[in-house]
Amino acid sequence: MRLTVISYTLVGLMALLLLGFWKLQIVNSDRYTQLAERNRVRSIPIIAPRGAMLDRYGRVIVDNYPSFSVLLLRDDPQQVERLLPQIADGLSLTLDDIQQQLESVKALAHFQPIVIKPEATPGDIAFIESHRADIPVLEMLMVHRRRYPHGGFMAHVSGYVGEVSSDQIEESGGRNRPGDIVGKAGLERQYNDHLMGVDGMRRSVVNSVGREVGRLEQTDAVPGKPIRLTIDYDLQLVAEEALVGKKGAVVAVDPKTGDVIAMASQPSYDPNDFAVRISKEEWQDLNEDQERPLLDRAIQAQLAPGSVFKILMSTAMLESKGVPADYHVFCPGSAEFYGRVFHDWDAKGHGEMNLHKAIVHSCDVFFYNLGKQLGIDRISFYAGNLGLGHKTGIDLPGEEPGVMPSAAWKERVFHQKWYPGETISVAIGQGAIAVTPIQVAYMIGGIVMGGRFHQPHLLLSDKPAPEIDFPISDSTVDTVTEGMYGVVNEPGGTAGASKLPGIELCGKTGSAQVISEQGLKRAGKQSALKDNAWFVGFAPRQNPEIVVAVLVQGGEHGSSAAAPIARNVVKAYYDKKQGKIPPQQLTTQAVPPGVPPSFVAAAARNTKPDAGAEETVPTNPAPVPAKPQPVSTTPQSTAPATRNP
Amino acid sequence: MNEGTGIRDYDWWLLTLILAICGIGVLEIWSATHASHLAGMHWKQTWWIALGFGLMLLLSRLDYHSVLDKAPILYLIGIIALLAVLVAGNTRYGAKRWLPVMGEFLQVSEIAKLIIIVSLARFFAEVRTERLAVADLCKAAVLITVPVGLILLQPDLGTAMVLVPVVVVGAYLAGIQWKHAAVMVLAAALMLPIGWHHLKPYQKERVTTFLRPEEDPKGSGYQILQSKIAVGSGGFWGKGLGHGSQNQLGFVPVRYSDFILAALAEELGFAGVFVTLVLYTALLLRLIQNAQHAKDRAGMFLVMGVAAILGFHVLVNVAMVIGFMPVTGIPLPLMSYGGSAMLFVFLALGLVMNVRLRRFVN
Repeated sequence: MRLTVISYTLVGLMALLLLGFWKLQIVNSDRYTQLAERNRVRSIPIIAPRGAMLDRYGRVIVDNYPSFSVLLLRDDPQQVERLLPQIADGLSLTLDDIQQQLESVKALAHFQPIVIKPEATPGDIAFIESHRADIPVLEMLMVHRRRYPHGGFMAHVSGYVGEVSSDQIEESGGRNRPGDIVGKAGLERQYNDHLMGVDGMRRSVVNSVGREVGRLEQTDAVPGKPIRLTIDYDLQLVAEEALVGKKGAVVAVDPKTGDVIAMASQPSYDPNDFAVRISKEEWQDLNEDQERPLLDRAIQAQLAPGSVFKILMSTAMLESKGVPADYHVFCPGSAEFYGRVFHDWDAKGHGEMNLHKAIVHSCDVFFYNLGKQLGIDRISFYAGNLGLGHKTGIDLPGEEPGVMPSAAWKERVFHQKWYPGETISVAIGQGAIAVTPIQVAYMIGGIVMGGRFHQPHLLLSDKPAPEIDFPISDSTVDTVTEGMYGVVNEPGGTAGASKLPGIELCGKTGSAQVISEQGLKRAGKQSALKDNAWFVGFAPRQNPEIVVAVLVQGGEHGSSAAAPIARNVVKAYYDKKQGKIPPQQLTTQAVPPGVPPSFVAAAARNTKPDAGAEETVPTNPAPVPAKPQPVSTTPQSTAPATRNP
Repeated sequence: MNEGTGIRDYDWWLLTLILAICGIGVLEIWSATHASHLAGMHWKQTWWIALGFGLMLLLSRLDYHSVLDKAPILYLIGIIALLAVLVAGNTRYGAKRWLPVMGEFLQVSEIAKLIIIVSLARFFAEVRTERLAVADLCKAAVLITVPVGLILLQPDLGTAMVLVPVVVVGAYLAGIQWKHAAVMVLAAALMLPIGWHHLKPYQKERVTTFLRPEEDPKGSGYQILQSKIAVGSGGFWGKGLGHGSQNQLGFVPVRYSDFILAALAEELGFAGVFVTLVLYTALLLRLIQNAQHAKDRAGMFLVMGVAAILGFHVLVNVAMVIGFMPVTGIPLPLMSYGGSAMLFVFLALGLVMNVRLRRFVN
């Protein structure tokens, strides 16, 4: 009897245990299957390389190099916590640093690994490999690091990449995920969707101590697509080198298409520093630097154009017919308007001036009178239609619109009446007026093209760029062109020193007072008060092919500081066109990462700031022996070209 | 030796069940270890089974009455061996359990189990009253307390626990009175806090993680969790022998020994578990049936002592694998890898076989 009781008890208990198995294996099987998968499968992303940036001839300007990042797998927070001191020690990081990083990703799901050291040294790699068993939470991630030209060349155009911000994730509509590397500035940002690839995933089987024992199917990364730029890197180098050590910008545009052939801004920063994670301090330094290296002066410096504006005044005069075409003024060196004396830059005076002479000699008194005759609204109308006061629409983020004042503008912004005296200042490009170098190039290009304005762009395309037509009569174009030709080529022209034998360089100088630029006031008093030097030039006289706008902040005289730079760019353009110089090999790309600041910058810093004088263009540096190029259109030798024989 | 112990008198059903369970065990040990540095373990296990089988047949030839006659001497030998292991034993995993015998390390408590079964059988068989008197109950308690105490000193809580059901089942069959049982249960309940106080930290941890395993997924809760994952992910048909990721990649702790059923559940699914548990149930029911047919009380108590101890092993081990019980280190008889345990089980079954062969009163 008692044995029967025991038998039933046994069967009952066995049934209960079977029920337990039923619950685990049948009812909750899916959940445990998932857990088992998570145990055995480790997913490591395969980073898709970003597309390269090529110049208009297909030469590589920006590309990638392979590198390793150290990943921390956080599936098991307690294990990570326990191993932290060892990890910190092995990777030569501070415990605080790692903990801070972990703190910052607290909201992220645990199964997402994080990068704790972006650039792994060979020592780090050895450490990870030899501690696979006891520190299974470290993994190496092959990444593609961005490689930019050295010396900060073209930095503002290329921009840089960085870890995606939460705002960008939202903007992207699900395309970007936390930890992704995306374009943060410049073309990297503008064409991010094109440049950025789609990351793949490598899935491997790991055992209970984290050792990889097999591979599962992997999704390959889809590389980003390259972009071909309108930039001619030979001209870009000339522009950059001419600007090194100065503060300003160079923009070279093909007025027939809107192609930006060169675009430089200095002082610059090295985007290679951003390719690996940038420290908070470095970033702060860059932002607080009084020289403002992060500012892309080509599209963001909004400054008074000075005498360069006289070209617009001339066009407005001829087109509006507000004064007769043979309008002339006697210049005694100053003139009085509305009870105030306005001085000419040349106190001796220019004598009898017509429009042509006034452009050539940049006579202020002539344009004071002209401004008074035309009135601010008419000037403003033409300025607006010829590209000032609004963005050109170049394919770069952060372009500034500048300011073109008018009576209505003043009423709207300051709720004040326009004083006629202000018109006199605006007539020579001073006062409230502010333009960017790209606007100047755009405006002059449009005027000399007879009123056909091509939207400036950096992406080389078969399709013509959007065009705005504001027809300007041939006679006006001729008169303005002749005047600008005279500036460089006639005796007494303000840019006579920049004359180029055999090349019909036309241009206009400008020296603008900086009182309107508040930003500079923070800089030293001396340099803050120095005039900004402008020059805008084009060539040839008929059917121009290249427009170059140059700004040198604190350069004082457009003729000596800005004009020679434009001249060098135009000369290089012609030299190249006539086959006098072989196209450059892009030596920048052969430089391994981590090479100290380029020889160029160092050498240029030593040259005197008044580099405007003749024959002081730095020669091509070629910082390290050039290696064979990944992509190059030229079979030419790598010997540095001399542009100033 | 005795008349009427021919080949046909062996319990062929029991032998078949034993070999079937052993076969499944060897198969799963092979699967769990063939791809690791432990490869070849199933051969060792096969040797232990063969040895055990031989010993079982040998023991079945010996009349169990002569074994029972020597119970007091065996008991003394057992106590001495347990003392010896405490003094001169080999320490592994923080506990003194092993004595070196003939090149192998013998787990003394396994022998002690056997001796206690025999001693208790003899004791209960000699209680001739229908109801178990208090004095006898106390004697039984003393009889068991000494070896259990020594085993606890090793310390080996698992083995000590395993001995309790031998007394409980024995007392029940000997006709324990309800009020005595109630008093003992009450006393045990009162002892619990004191016992808890004397537990080693790792033992306390095992109990707490058993109660809340998710709090510590890679500490001691890890084993239970990984075992449950293995079992649960097996589904109905399992992942196939050699294809259980939890098993093959080493996530299941000691997958060839204490957690062999988890490995089996993953690879052979609910179907495999069902077959295995049915085999075990059949084995235990067969033992009970043998007890019913025993010639005398001594034989009945002997067989039921074996049944109690094996049944407890099976139930506790299976319950642990699915997280119904804390991790106690109690192996699954006939399947888990381990020489001493295997020999003990076969010797115990040898006693059963012995009783079976002599079931007919002449």
